Amino acid sequence: MQTKRSTYQNRWLPFFLLAPQLAITLVFFIWPASQAVKSSFERTDAFGFKTTFVGLDNYARILADPSYLNALGRTAIFSISVTVLSMSLALLLAVCVNRVLKSAKFYTTLLVWPYAVAPVVAGVLWWFLFNPTIGLLPHLLDWFGISWNHRVSGTQAMILITIAAAWKQISYNFLFFLAGLQSVPQSLMEAAAIDGAGPFKRFWTIVLPLLSPTTFFLLIININYVMFDTFGVIDATTAGGPGQATMTLVYKVYTDGVAGLNIGSSSAQSVMLMGIVIILTFIQFRYVERRVNY
Amino acid sequence: MVENRPFLNILTHLVLIAGVLVVAFPVYVAFIASTHEPSAFVRGVLPLLPGDNMFESYGQMLSSGWKVGGTPPVWLMLGNSLIMALTIAIGKIAISILSAFAIVYFRFPFRMLAFWIIFITLMLPVEVRIIPTYAVVANLGMLNSYAGLTLPLIASATATFLFRQFFMTVPEELMEASRVDGAGPMKFFKDILLPVSITNIAALFVIMFIYGWVQYLWPLLVTTDEDFYTIVLGIKRLMASSDRVPAWNLIMATVTLAMLPPVLVVLFMQRLFVKGLTETEK
Repeated sequence: MQTKRSTYQNRWLPFFLLAPQLAITLVFFIWPASQAVKSSFERTDAFGFKTTFVGLDNYARILADPSYLNALGRTAIFSISVTVLSMSLALLLAVCVNRVLKSAKFYTTLLVWPYAVAPVVAGVLWWFLFNPTIGLLPHLLDWFGISWNHRVSGTQAMILITIAAAWKQISYNFLFFLAGLQSVPQSLMEAAAIDGAGPFKRFWTIVLPLLSPTTFFLLIININYVMFDTFGVIDATTAGGPGQATMTLVYKVYTDGVAGLNIGSSSAQSVMLMGIVIILTFIQFRYVERRVNY
Repeated sequence: MVENRPFLNILTHLVLIAGVLVVAFPVYVAFIASTHEPSAFVRGVLPLLPGDNMFESYGQMLSSGWKVGGTPPVWLMLGNSLIMALTIAIGKIAISILSAFAIVYFRFPFRMLAFWIIFITLMLPVEVRIIPTYAVVANLGMLNSYAGLTLPLIASATATFLFRQFFMTVPEELMEASRVDGAGPMKFFKDILLPVSITNIAALFVIMFIYGWVQYLWPLLVTTDEDFYTIVLGIKRLMASSDRVPAWNLIMATVTLAMLPPVLVVLFMQRLFVKGLTETEK
């Protein structure tokens, strides 16, 4: 890794400069994470007196546990639906904003602010709109003969958290798609237009392929977001229910560890999650670093 | 625009207006709900036009809170959120800029090791180390304190990377010239490097402020004392009591007040916000 051409010579100063960051990292990140790894190999008896080493038994148990596999599946469904929904809407809006020249800034301002809304608040807002007794949307749906109650129907609960999580993420995806669209060379578009390609053909054959690095980058970021930052959305709306219909991996770590006090199993789940983050980070740095600039 | 197509232009605006409305709709409904009297929510569907109870709802939540809902006054929770967001934003920037300075401008043993330790924090979001981190904070006696709320969230690999990236683009001549003039490393840092980094610091500040404001899981774990509730956490506590006493006007007034500060930051510092967002996530 590079430094500057010429650097300062000082024996202690760099360590002083790094000390605060390293101290916090070691105490609040590395140490707890290593504790999680350690207790994922242990089991504590019901009274908390005795801790025994059990090897991979905690992992074997969670992988054989239907409720863990259920959470894995739910997380996959949730991640894919939020990512597809918010990215497609964001792309549509970005393409539109990129077409209007004079009012682009105006529309951008009106579209980016949900980024600053807390996930819990996003959950509360949509939960309120979908509230079976006083919410507006269940009344509308009633006209179409759909009876809405996300406290009973697992599918409807999943739809609710998907909408809430996607709503908050649109602004983020929108900004990155817009930046991507603005870097598409105008000369390319003009050349295609002269060759007789209409707006839709130009979009499919020129713009979309040029956006693929942005799309791939956003894909990773969105999966990361859905897996780890939607705890608040779920806690405010469905709390994992009904049944286990909206139980994601992170929410399960929380309920098993904090409410259920099953430290061994919760730690093993934490370690599995760390594995997922490491893979996502690796993909992001391996492929996104080389983001092609056309 | 390559060619002029009136029909497509109109369609574009229609899509955008629809998009803006859909994005704003939930917030509009929440605001409207906060302006009505509690009785408006008893008889079925929500009203869509403002009521006349706005000042009462906001006044009550700001000044005295809501005893039945179990929350302190909103101004206290807003204050806690502000302290938390500012501490996290300033703390992250301060420790990251110092580490980036050390990594870029010095050659010393264990430099790569230090860099990797910082890099690893990227892979350990608080969600995956909930219980052991809670144990550490509890052992240090930091439950129900601002230190406990903020310190575990303050290490930042992204901010360090951003500053490292930026320092690499700072011309070599600046440092060499200052050294010829007899300035030591800290003088160079304070008088030259900090001033040229000011836009980056500001952009990062906007992003980190929002990050700190919207935290939920961590405050939920480490604060049991009402005096340390943040506004985001307070909303959840209000929701928990909504089944018994559906005072939606009070809940939605709190929701509106919780959204206001970070949304205003985004709206008024949009340029810095966009810069911060696109540069930290690379």
